[in-house]
Amino acid sequence: MTGTIGGRVPLVDGPQKVTGRAQYAGDLQRPGMLHAKIVRSTEAHARILSIDFSAAREVPGVAALLSGERYPRTFGVLPITQDETLLAVGKVRYRGEGVAAVAATTVEAAERAARLVKVEYEPLPEYDDPRDSTGGVTVKIHDESPGSTNLQKEVRQEFGPVDEAFHSAAHTVEVSGTFQGVTHAALEPHAVIAEYGPDGRLTVWASTQVPHYLHRALARVFDLPAHRVRVIKPEVGGGFGGKGDPMPHELVAAALSLETRRPVKLVLSREEVFYLNHGRHPTRNKVRLAAGADGTLTGLEVEALIDGGASSSFGTVTTYYNGVLSVGPYRIPAFRYHGQRVYTNHPPSGAMRAHGSVNTRYSLEVAMDILAERLGMDPTELRLRNFLPPNTTTLNEFRITSNSVRECLLAARERSGWAKKFRSLPLGQGIGVGCGFFISGSNSPIHFTPKFPQSTVHLKVDVDGGVTVHSGAADIGQGSQTVLAQVVAEVLGVPIERIHVSEVDTDTSPVDLGSYSSRVTFMMGNAAERAARSLLEQLKKAASDLTGLPAPSFVPAGDALSAPGHPEATIDFLTAVHKAMEHSGALQSSGSYESPPLGGSFKGAKAGTSPAYSFSAYVAQVDVDLDTGRIGVGKVWAAFDCGTPLNPLLVEGQIEGSIHMGLGQLLGEELRYRKTRLMNPSLLDYKTVSATEMPEVECLLVGKADPEGPFGAKEAGEGPLPPILPAVANAVYDAIGIRFTDLPLTPDRVWRALRDAEKAGGLRKPRPPEAHAR
Amino acid sequence: MTKGDSRAPPTTTLRLTINGKVTEVPRAPDRKLLEVLRIELGLTGAKYGCGEGECAACTVLLDEVPVLACQTPIGQAEGRKVTTVEGLAVHGRLNPAQRAFAELGAFQCGYCTPGMVVGATALLRSNPHPSEEQIREALNGHLCRCGGYTRILRAVRRAAEASGDAP
Repeated sequence: MTGTIGGRVPLVDGPQKVTGRAQYAGDLQRPGMLHAKIVRSTEAHARILSIDFSAAREVPGVAALLSGERYPRTFGVLPITQDETLLAVGKVRYRGEGVAAVAATTVEAAERAARLVKVEYEPLPEYDDPRDSTGGVTVKIHDESPGSTNLQKEVRQEFGPVDEAFHSAAHTVEVSGTFQGVTHAALEPHAVIAEYGPDGRLTVWASTQVPHYLHRALARVFDLPAHRVRVIKPEVGGGFGGKGDPMPHELVAAALSLETRRPVKLVLSREEVFYLNHGRHPTRNKVRLAAGADGTLTGLEVEALIDGGASSSFGTVTTYYNGVLSVGPYRIPAFRYHGQRVYTNHPPSGAMRAHGSVNTRYSLEVAMDILAERLGMDPTELRLRNFLPPNTTTLNEFRITSNSVRECLLAARERSGWAKKFRSLPLGQGIGVGCGFFISGSNSPIHFTPKFPQSTVHLKVDVDGGVTVHSGAADIGQGSQTVLAQVVAEVLGVPIERIHVSEVDTDTSPVDLGSYSSRVTFMMGNAAERAARSLLEQLKKAASDLTGLPAPSFVPAGDALSAPGHPEATIDFLTAVHKAMEHSGALQSSGSYESPPLGGSFKGAKAGTSPAYSFSAYVAQVDVDLDTGRIGVGKVWAAFDCGTPLNPLLVEGQIEGSIHMGLGQLLGEELRYRKTRLMNPSLLDYKTVSATEMPEVECLLVGKADPEGPFGAKEAGEGPLPPILPAVANAVYDAIGIRFTDLPLTPDRVWRALRDAEKAGGLRKPRPPEAHAR
Repeated sequence: MTKGDSRAPPTTTLRLTINGKVTEVPRAPDRKLLEVLRIELGLTGAKYGCGEGECAACTVLLDEVPVLACQTPIGQAEGRKVTTVEGLAVHGRLNPAQRAFAELGAFQCGYCTPGMVVGATALLRSNPHPSEEQIREALNGHLCRCGGYTRILRAVRRAAEASGDAP
C-alpha cells in the first residue's frame, strides 16, 4: 500500500488544465474541417409546412444542407423511450428545436446560410402548464401519450397500510411545493466534431458524459455496425447531467459528415445550450407525513406533477425517482406515490445532479421540520428518532448496507453549536437542518442487451514500466481519472506517477456506462481494483520465478514486491514487469464490476436500487436581510457519509460544488418562461451563485468503510446536493418564522413575505420547542 | 515593440505581440480577439463560454490589463502586448497562480481555469499583496460552475504568499 488512497491527491490533469493545454471538443480541429450551424424553430408547437433552402444554397462556402427527413430514425437515452430525431420531422415541439442544418467552410458562412433558410410553420396548440397536459389535450405533443393527455410516464406505488397510517396518526403534515426548472449551465458549451472517413468509419469527438450511449445512438440512427463507429471523449468542461443523453446536435454533425465526407465541427452557442436544456424538471409536488404522538413516522405520501418538456430523455427514471428516493434516510412503514411526467412545449427536461430527488427531498425535509414543531421537538431529535439503521431493507426493498446518517447528524449538530443557536439567534438569523441519501450508481443498467458488466477496466503495462489504464468512465471534471490512478497505484504499490489514464476512446476503452447516477467511483473503482489485483498476481508469479519463494509471500510496497521475512528477496517493480513479460511480450489485465441482484419483483422495483447509498446531514446558518429580503448563507456544516473517502480533496470539491448548485436552485436560478417562451437564455439573466455569495463550508466526512465499495468508498457526486436546499429553508424559518414552499427564494419573494407578515401582526421568531411542548 | 519603432503595417494585416512574439493577423475590424487567438493562431487556452462577456473564461491580458477576449475587437490589440494562459508558464515552470491552483485543487472541469489564472496573475502582478476583498473583487466576474470559488480564492491567497517569498 502506498497511501495514495485517502490522501489529498491533486487532480492528475491539473498541469494540463492550469496551462490551458487541456483540449476540449471545441478546441479540436481536423484537416479540411467544415463548420455547422443549426436552424432552430421559432415556434413552440407547429407543423412544418416547408423548408426553403434556395437562398442558403447560394452562400459561398456552403457544402451541405440538411433537414430531418433525411435521417428520421429516432433515438433517446432510454431504450424504451426513443422519441427524438436529430432534426424535427414533420413538426416542432419546442422553440429552439433543430429544424435544419448547414455545413460550410467557415463559421461565418454557416451562420449566414442558416439565417437564410426559410421555414414555414402552421401553429398548433401550445402546452406550457403541465396541468393542461393531464387531460383535454386537443393536439398531442407525442402520439404515444394515452387518451387526450400529454402523459409521458405515470407511476403509482403503494406499500404498507397507508390509509390506516393517516387515519390513526397523532399528527399529519402536508407540504405542497412548486419548483421551477433549473439547468446545468456547465461552463463548456456542448461541442462535437464528426468525421466519416474513406474507410467507412465514423469518428466522433464529443463533450459527453456517456460515450457509450452516444456510440449506440450513432450506430442506430445511421444504421452502422457499432464497430464502424468510434467515439472519443476529450476533456469535458462540466456536465452535471447535461451531457448524459446522446444529443441531437451530435447526430447532426455526424449526418453532415456522412453527407459531405468531410469532418464537421459544431459548437453550440450559450443561447443554444439553454434551449437544449435537459435540466431539472419544473415540478409541483405534495408530501404528506403521518406520525405517532412520539414523532415516529407511520406513513408517507408523495405526489408529483413533472413538466418533462418536449421529449422523454431520462424522464421515466425521473418519474420513479421523485417517489422512491424519498423512502430514506427515515424508516417509512407505509408509502404511497403517484407521479406523472407530462410533455409540454418547453425545452426538454432531463437528468441534473441529484436527479429526480431534489424537489421531493425539499418538501419532505420541510415537512419534517413542521412535524417537529407540532410535536414540540427539536428537529434534529425527530430525525434521529426516525433514521434507518445500517444493514436493513426499506419497505420497497432497497437493500441498505453501510449507513452513517446518525453520525452525520450528530457531527453537524455538534460542530455547528446547534443547541445554543436553534430558536435562540436574534430575529433575522437562523439555523436549519436537512438530511438525505442517494444512490452509488443505478443497479439496473439502462441497456440490458447484450449482457455485459456495468464497468470494465483494462490495464496495460509497457516495457518501460508505465501502467496505462483504459476505462470508458468519463472524467467530466469530477476527477474519475485521478481516482482510477489512485486505486491502481494503491493495489500495485507504485507511485501514482507510474499510472497513465487514457482518455475514453471506444476503440480502445472497454464499455463503461459513463458518468451519471453517481456510479463511477463505486463501479469503475471496483473494476479498477480487480484489474489491478489480477495484474498483481502476474507480478507476484514473476517475483516467485525470480526468487523461488511462493508467489503468495509477496506484498506490493514502495514500487517493489517484497516478501516479509526475506529482505534479500525484494524485487523492484520494473524487474518483476520484465520477468512477467518474458514469454508473453505483453502484460495486461482486466477487471469488471457487476452489481449484485437487488430489488423486489413488483413493477418498477429496480428504480432506485443501488449496491450502496450515501447519506448526509447538513446544518446551515443564515442571515436574512429584513429590509431587502436577501438571504445570506453564512456557513454550512456538511456532514457526509461517502464510506471511506478515497480522496478528501475531491470529495470536498464535490460537496462545495453541490452546495453551489443547490443554493442556486434555492435562491435564484430559474428558467423563466412566458407561456412557452424562455425569457432568460443567457448567463446574464440566468444567475448562478457567485464567489461572493458562497458560504463557508465545513465538510465532515464521518462515513465508515462500505463493505462492497472499492476500499470502502461510496458516491460523493450527487448526494451532497439535496440537503442544502431544505437546510437553508428551515434556517430561514428559524430566522423569520416564515415557511417557503415555492422556489426560488428570491429577495423580492422573501421581501413580500416579510411585508405580509408584518401587516398580519408582526414578524417574530418561532417559539422554541420547550415552550411549545409545555 | 513600442509605438516608435513600428513601421506602417500593410492594410490587410495588423501586428500585435502575443506571448512575447510579434505576430501578424488579418485585419478584420469586427473580428474578436478570442476568435483570432483560437481559430487563427491555435491558442485555444482562452475559452468560449458565453460570447457576451458574462463568464470571463476568455480572459487574456492586454498590456497587463485583463480583458474579455470575446468582447475585444482585434483592432484594439493592434501594436499591444497580448498574454494568454499559454504565455504564463516560462520554460514549463508554472507561475505562482498556476502552481497554487494545481496544488490546492482549485478546479474541477478546468474550463474556467485559464481565465481564472490569467485574472489572478494580473491581480498579483499589479498588487502582490491583495486583501481578501481585492481578491474577491478581481475574480468576481469569473464564473465557475463546478462551484470551486472557496478554493479558488484560497489558491490566489496561496499564490500571493508564494510570490511574496520569491526573491
